[in-house]
Amino acid sequence: MTTTEITNPAVDNGVNVEALLGARAALTEAPPAGQFTFAASNEWLNGTHSRTTVEKFFGLGAAQSHRQPYSVETDHPEIFAAEDNGPTPPEMMLIGLAGCLTAGVASVAQNRSIQLRSVKATVEGNIDVAGILGIDPDVRNGYSGITVRYEIDADASREELQAVVAQSQKRSAVFDVITNPTSVVVEVA
Amino acid sequence: MISTRTTDVVVIGAGQAGLAMSRCLTDRSIDHVVLERSEVANSWTSERWDSLRLLTPNWMSRLPGFSYRGDDPDGYMTALEVAAHLDTYRRSFDAPVRSGVSVTRISSAEGSHVVETSEGPWHCRVVVMATGACSDPHIPAIADEMPARVNQITPIDYRNPGQIGTGGVLVVGASASGLQIADELARAGREVTLAVGDHVRLPRTYRGMDIHWWMDTIGQLDERYDEVEDLARARRLPSLQLVGTPDHRTLGLNTVAAEGVSLVGRLVGRSGDRAQFSGSFANVCTSADLKQQRLLDRCDEYATEFGLDAELGAPERMARTDVGRPALDLDLRGLETIVWATGFRPQYPWLDDSLLDARGRLVHDGGVLPVRGLYVLGLPFLRRRKSSFLDGVGSDARELSEHMMQSLART
Repeated sequence: MTTTEITNPAVDNGVNVEALLGARAALTEAPPAGQFTFAASNEWLNGTHSRTTVEKFFGLGAAQSHRQPYSVETDHPEIFAAEDNGPTPPEMMLIGLAGCLTAGVASVAQNRSIQLRSVKATVEGNIDVAGILGIDPDVRNGYSGITVRYEIDADASREELQAVVAQSQKRSAVFDVITNPTSVVVEVA
Repeated sequence: MISTRTTDVVVIGAGQAGLAMSRCLTDRSIDHVVLERSEVANSWTSERWDSLRLLTPNWMSRLPGFSYRGDDPDGYMTALEVAAHLDTYRRSFDAPVRSGVSVTRISSAEGSHVVETSEGPWHCRVVVMATGACSDPHIPAIADEMPARVNQITPIDYRNPGQIGTGGVLVVGASASGLQIADELARAGREVTLAVGDHVRLPRTYRGMDIHWWMDTIGQLDERYDEVEDLARARRLPSLQLVGTPDHRTLGLNTVAAEGVSLVGRLVGRSGDRAQFSGSFANVCTSADLKQQRLLDRCDEYATEFGLDAELGAPERMARTDVGRPALDLDLRGLETIVWATGFRPQYPWLDDSLLDARGRLVHDGGVLPVRGLYVLGLPFLRRRKSSFLDGVGSDARELSEHMMQSLART
């Protein structure tokens, strides 16, 4: 029994599961091709305002590129005496988590022949700024906790949708990077 | 003096797998020997903790031509009783076991093999590696980052709480071994933290029947390796969260949490004086809760389909795992012992590296290696979900001995 056969062609969440499974099979045979490097370049504009751009990345053994460069400007809100030219960097983490988990929900649902009609998620992260302001050394800088709440309208039971959301977390790069320590090296050129 | 010995089949290991194979070969009148590094069922007599009992009920100890005949079919054998059961099995057909013989090398050429051993070489046409799945504990690389003064042990070294210091204990891994050891140490008054990754949650009994009765009855244990959707994943599945006790109690994360064990996520790093745990704890618990529910749903569907509802207890729904607010780190300065209950990775030091994949795992198709006449038996999901169970290895042994007959006949 192949996965292709159990995928119901009538279900269409806009995810090409066959291509993903094909990539998985191909990369199982050729593990080095699975080594990707994503890259972003950041430029300070003024104050806490900066612009980060992604365009090129490496994968499948070759240089790759997005259809076009994408830029995001980040800043801090006015209550921090900043100009609020964009989301805060910690909010970008929430954006990354939500985007990653929802992509996973659509993919897993497609693979399980579950037709989605609507998927909405609310993400909340709690931060005690006593950490980043250096007020209390026992308070961490980052989120003390993040909650994600999904509202999904689909042809599936609540348990099936819970399982889809659980599997999405298991295969999520951003979920992993937030929940597990990751080595980060910062240098000055 | 080193002499040269010849036989048709050399079986390595005299545990449940090796003896089951020996019985199948005996039934087919195939000349063979069973080489055992120590004594029959060595792991059960010398490499398990004192309180350990089998996870399957006594009646589920069916081996080729042998079954449990005691007066407690629903009980669970102690480790020593398992060893005695296997020794009785050996004697029942006079298995040709050679004890105290360790294998150092297998060389294969043109359908014949030389098995180098501590008593000299054996020449044979078939080799069956039946050294089991639970002899070589796996310790993750992060162990090297732990403070040198912390006492680090594996379930193979663990015997009882008296052997463990009174300081804090971190048990890494929440499958049967880790959970049982955490439970025992917490009851003995130790301050225990249990690091939990992917796990398989199950009730000991459901609707009045042992969960293994259910899995056997609904056919789950008979699922075959060539039918399961993701075999690699099925083979990696951690052992079931179960304990065999006279009172048939359920042992789970909620149980040990109620005893004071601190539950945390997977151990993922060390930063200074603190061990760090993954924040994915809630998700692994939810996944396990959902998976348990799907199995119980299957049990209920089976009961209804086969008209068993009247004689069984009422369907139950288990409480969700209480994830609370798990700590993300642990102060290593209060820690005295780490128990690495992080599974086993069978080692085959006597095999040529070309028979292992890049991660050192044996390459085989349902126990048949790519080199003619080489077999492995007794690994998780080798040919079916029950392959590594005392009750399940027999079916695999029969099929592989059948395969072997064809192989021997061709020569």
